[in-house]
This record gives sequence, C-alpha cells and structure tokens, in this order.
Amino acid sequence: MPMYSEKVMDHFTNPRNIGEVDDADGVGEVGNPVCGDMMKFTIKVKDNRIEDIKYFTFGCGAAIAVSSMVSEMARGKTLEEALKITNKQVAEELGGLPGNKMHCSNLGADALHKAIHDYMEKQGAKK
Amino acid sequence: MKEINLDYAAATPVDEKVLEAMLPFFTEHYGNPSSGHNLGEKPRQALEEARAEVGRLIGIEEPGKNKIIFTASASEANNLAIKGIVTAGKRRGNRIITSAIEHFSILNQLRSLEKEGYEIVKLPVDESGLVSPGQLKEALNDQTILVSIQVANTEIGTIQPIKELVAIATEQEIPFHSDATAAAGWIPLNVEALGVDMLTLAGDQLYGPKGAGALFVKRGIRLRPLIEGGIQEQGLRAGTENVPAIVGFGEAARLAYTHLQKRSEQVASFRDKLKESLFKEIPHLHLNGHPEKRLPWNLNISVEFVEGEALLMRLNMEGIYVSSGSSCTSQALKSSHVLDAIGSPPELAQGSLLLAAGLKSREEDIPGITEKMSEVASLLRKMSPLYHQYLKEAQNNANV
Repeated sequence: MPMYSEKVMDHFTNPRNIGEVDDADGVGEVGNPVCGDMMKFTIKVKDNRIEDIKYFTFGCGAAIAVSSMVSEMARGKTLEEALKITNKQVAEELGGLPGNKMHCSNLGADALHKAIHDYMEKQGAKK
Repeated sequence: MKEINLDYAAATPVDEKVLEAMLPFFTEHYGNPSSGHNLGEKPRQALEEARAEVGRLIGIEEPGKNKIIFTASASEANNLAIKGIVTAGKRRGNRIITSAIEHFSILNQLRSLEKEGYEIVKLPVDESGLVSPGQLKEALNDQTILVSIQVANTEIGTIQPIKELVAIATEQEIPFHSDATAAAGWIPLNVEALGVDMLTLAGDQLYGPKGAGALFVKRGIRLRPLIEGGIQEQGLRAGTENVPAIVGFGEAARLAYTHLQKRSEQVASFRDKLKESLFKEIPHLHLNGHPEKRLPWNLNISVEFVEGEALLMRLNMEGIYVSSGSSCTSQALKSSHVLDAIGSPPELAQGSLLLAAGLKSREEDIPGITEKMSEVASLLRKMSPLYHQYLKEAQNNANV
C-alpha cells in the first residue's frame, strides 16, 4: 500500500458527496477499468454556480480521495472558477499524492471540467 | 483491534522450532563452514543436514547424486537455473520455453535474454491457468535449450500437470526447470517421479526465515554460477553460506515434510469454508484459477464493480490483510499478468483479491471476515459507476 497523507486517508475513509445529482445539468465521465480508475461527476448549475456536485468512482484510494476533494473544491464556485481548478491544486489540497498516483488527481479535475463543458454545450444548444 | 492475516503468500512467520534450531548458529556455532579447524565443523555438518532435509521434502532419499544449491532466495535460484544453463553453453540453440504466468524472477530475466537474441516462447494458459501439453510439444524444436514451467502458481493457485509436461521435453532431451516456490511443503513433490532437471524452492514460504532458497540440480546438468568466487555450494554459488538461515530452511523443510498432509488439509479446510461463506454472502464474486487443481492455501476472487487497492485499504482498516492483482497496487501500475493470461476482463482483474490461508488461520474467524468483506464490498459498490451502470441495465432488462 502506498504512503498516503492524512488528508487522503480522511477523504478515502469518509468520502464526501457520493452519488448522482437529480436531473444533472452536466455529466463528466473519464477513465476506464483498464487503467484502473473511472470517475463520473454530475453537476447542478444555478446562476452560473455549481450548486450541487456528486460523483461515482471506481478506483484506488487516491482516486476516491481525489473525487471527494474535487467535489468539495468545486461546490459553490462559479463555472469559471471551477474550470480553473487544476490537477496540481487538487493534489496539493490533499497534502500531496505518491508519485505514481498523480494520474489519479489528473482524472479528478478532468472529470469536473468535462461535466462543466457538457453543461455549457447543452446551454449553447438551447440558445 | 483483532488482526487477521490472509496474506501468507507474502510472508510466513518463522516457526518457533525453526527459530530454536537457528539461534545457536548466530553465536555458539558461528564458525565458517569452509574452515579447516573445529569451529567450522558444526556449521558444516548443519549445512549438510539442512541439505538432506530440503532434499527429502522434494523426494530425494539419497543425497549425493544430485545437488541442492542453497541461494539467498527463490528468485536467485530461478536466475541460477536459467542464466546458469544458458551461460554454461553446453547446449546449442536459442529457444527457451516458459509459460505466461511465471513469477517475475523468471519472466524478467527471459526478457533480458530476449534482448540478447534468445527466442522466448511464452506458452498461453487456459482460463483456469493450465498450460496445454500439446502446445508445449508444438513449441519444442531442435533449437530449444530449456523449458521452465512452474509447479503451481502463487497468485491463482493452479497446479500444472508437470509430470506430463516434463515427459514431453525429456523425450527430446531438453532440460526442464520448475519453480516450486508456491507448492513446496503444501503438495507432495518428488523430483525423481516428476522427472524435472531443476527445481526451485524457498524457506520463507514454509515457516522458515527469509534469506534462504534452494535450487535442485539433477546430476548431469551443467550450470555456470551467477556469483563467482570461492567454491562454496559445489562451486555454483560463491560466498560464505548464510548458515543460520539455511539451518532454519532445513528445519522448516523437515517440519513441512513431516506434517505435509495434515497442514495441507488444515489450510484447505479453512480455504474451502471461507470460499463458501464469501460466495454465499456476497453477490457478484468470481473465482480465479482452477476450481480443483489448486494449492490448498490459495483462494483468489474478483469482487465485481470495485477496485482492489480500495478493497485492500478498507480491509486493512478493519485489521484484515490481503493482497490484490489490481494495477493500482503494483508499482508498475499494471494489473496482474497472471489474471491477464487467464483472460480475466480488466474490471474483474482490477477487483481481484488473493486470500492466502496459513497455519494460524482459524475457522472461527470466517463469519467475521465475511461480514467485513461484505460491508466493504457494498460500501465501495455504492460509489462505483460500474455498479450503478449494472443496476440501471438490470432495471431496464426487468422492464423489457
């Protein structure tokens, strides 16, 4: 087992915001079982802010902790702010990740951004 | 917190009798077995007694004709067998045949030899992990210098039809090496009956100390040592012998030989009951490896919809220690080559758990283990996109 920070262990043990929001405004899915990690984020957007955010994650300890942290970081933020959340920031907020687990944090921000872009595309299509 | 070890494949504790046998060789009998004076006498004798015990465990009644070379590990013994025969150069040819599910101490050195121009044939295995004798026969040609196929697989437990495989190679006078590290002490082994030319085993898999392995070498097989220097171990492994560890290995081999059937039945009984309990209480489990032809201590399952490292970490928090073949638990971030070879789909390989029973595994712990495993599996499934996808599809099918 890799050496995880206390924060990673906290989010792994008590992951926040698990689930799927009802009538999601945006959905972002990344990864696949071959690489070992898969994340699906769903968001609810109100007045250009992420009002609610939930996720399902298939993956290792780091992947679960990253999903949980991303959901906390993005909640309440404007879409522009949320799009600025980087993989690096997520890893930093978690007190660092073991070197070979950095790709898990990449998935987290990617899935979030994908959900936001999905929402934006749907909005564009409505206009 | 109560701790339950289900990872005896990684390490076994040293048996107290083994430790007792070892201790005098750190202090009282510290001498060098190569010394000509009295101090070398006791260690030298102990070394030969250990050699006889290890030999007995693999069916050698009369030591002398054959060689048992002590090494520092099974990995080293595997390296001595393959590199030793290749560099001895007594056989002309460049093909080496192995299976796709060997230990890395076989596969990685073969990959190096491949870069040097050797032709490496990795025989596939079927979905239960068995090598086909027919495919071995087809793979042999006049360029073949060695076949190396394990007795049994440590990860999925599958036991190969070694006798049959050896007979095919022997017919064409091709030497056969077999890695018996996972099997020695747990299933009866007789090198003469099997017909193998070389066999690897180690003490730390059978309640002996780490740091002692051995390679059986049949008379007539020529090897070149990996470590050159003095003429310890009949010139095949230079360096002062690790006498305490070898003595421990010998005592562990003696105990394993004496109690083989009882030990084997004991761990198999635990393993079978654990399997039954888990499959009864937890839905969507899959057995990896052969249903019957498997090592008595070995249970390997895939917990569908969840990933192995997360399972391992959650179980660790509950004091239950297991290992997984998922990519996240490996340093190389690759899922197990063994599960890949048996055709396990990626999502199932990622959720694989090796549950390795040991002599201290207790049947009264099975309900507790099952309960924790069940809790952990449902908790992780609740957050798994694969599980929710499955539920949705099941719902849709029900509606159709």
